[in-house]
Amino acid sequence: MIEFRGVRKQFPDGTVAVERVDLTLAPRSITVLVGSSGSGKTTLLRMVNRMVDPSEGQVRIDDVDVASVDPVKLRRSIGYVMQNGGLLPHRRVVDNIATVPVLRGEPKRAARARALELMDTVGLDRSLADKYPSQLSGGQQQRVGVARGLAVDPNILLMDEPFGAVDPIVRTELQDELLRLQRDLAKTVVFVTHDVDEAFRLGDRVVILRAGGVVVQDGTPAEILAAPADEFVGDFIGADRGRRVLRRANVGGREIVVDADGRPAGVLES
Amino acid sequence: MNVFAEAFAWLFDPANWEGPDGIGARLAFHVVFSLAVVAGATIVALPIGVLIGHTGRGREPAVVVSGALRALPTLGLLTILALAMGLSVLAPYLALVVLAIPSVLAGAYAGVGGVSRTTVDAARAMGMTEGQIVLRVEAPLGLPTVIGGIRSAVLQVVATATLAAYIGGGGLGTYLFSGLKTGNYPMVLGVSMLIIALALVLDGAFALTQRLVVPEGVRVRRGTARLRSRPSRPRAAMG
Repeated sequence: MIEFRGVRKQFPDGTVAVERVDLTLAPRSITVLVGSSGSGKTTLLRMVNRMVDPSEGQVRIDDVDVASVDPVKLRRSIGYVMQNGGLLPHRRVVDNIATVPVLRGEPKRAARARALELMDTVGLDRSLADKYPSQLSGGQQQRVGVARGLAVDPNILLMDEPFGAVDPIVRTELQDELLRLQRDLAKTVVFVTHDVDEAFRLGDRVVILRAGGVVVQDGTPAEILAAPADEFVGDFIGADRGRRVLRRANVGGREIVVDADGRPAGVLES
Repeated sequence: MNVFAEAFAWLFDPANWEGPDGIGARLAFHVVFSLAVVAGATIVALPIGVLIGHTGRGREPAVVVSGALRALPTLGLLTILALAMGLSVLAPYLALVVLAIPSVLAGAYAGVGGVSRTTVDAARAMGMTEGQIVLRVEAPLGLPTVIGGIRSAVLQVVATATLAAYIGGGGLGTYLFSGLKTGNYPMVLGVSMLIIALALVLDGAFALTQRLVVPEGVRVRRGTARLRSRPSRPRAAMG
């Protein structure tokens, strides 16, 4: 369980990235932090593994204040996946995946064997093991990033806009893959994105943040869609426009559903 | 016989190469002395440059100090040091170390600081200690540029090490100064050509090293990029 207690972050130049956030994230589920840039979502995420220390308040993991844990040790126990994979360009795929286990002192051979298994888990062909990151496609790099995040079998997986840099088709593929993985592995996932569709697709729970790091709404996607907390949220999730506003239409005796622009979205089953 | 032919004749006369005062011995001294100077400068400048590159702090003062050191006239510095310390090899050694430091320093902070901050951030987020980040990420990725700095220091020092002879320090400069004094211009020209050749050979060796230390994973990307780009597009020159 991850808990943010009265967490605030002000940078030395005076900007407030996060403004007194209280959140308790349920274990073994996906929580998505969503907001536009400057909403402090990444700062909040990075507080979990102490890449950022809060100016005020506490972040607690299983009732332990992370400020009391050595950051290096803490980071080695938490999976971290970032945009573009954040892979080490001079290391082969298999060694990238094995990085953290090797840092933790696992013998190289064992770490590599496990890395190969993880490649299967995230749907990467083992023939890519000896390639360098630059030889892979964006989607493949992202899978390597996920495999690396899972390498020490952490309880917590932090994902910072991991699918932001790939094209929409690959992104959907990767999202499906993440949901499949989550059914098998049941990690506590904290996922940051600026894409509302992605948030609703992946999140068991979605936390919407506004510029300046203020939580404006926190709930399941259905709850948020059914009752946006205010105009800002309604606007942000597009509740009053486009493909989220669906209505029925009768075409040749059959009921179909169309969106706000009148484009067909599907068929209504009676 | 023109002066070039005489210069070659002097240079390739085996008799001139022999003995403790021969070209061979002085060339060897010149090389060893130059490399020792660059080694000294590297010991001083590399840790500072790596620290600046890694932390991103102190770059401005480093640029100012480097600029000031570069502006120091080496001959003047050499004279002052020789007056202070006597006519030993130590005075030219120190004067040349001062000359070599800015290049090594700039290469070190540019190389280490030039490694993608995203990559460094990822390494830190995975749980690498700062030392591990330097050794396992910044060093291998920044090494070509770091060696580039050492390379330009070597080039400067090999050429300028002739000044050591100005205060009786030895090396190939001895021929230069005695030739100028006695009007033996073929010898002056011959030894100048030898110094130029030496500089080119050492520079070539470092250029090769610079290429060899580019990590394979980075080289592969270059290869891929070349395949993708238009064949007519000129490839970026290596640093």
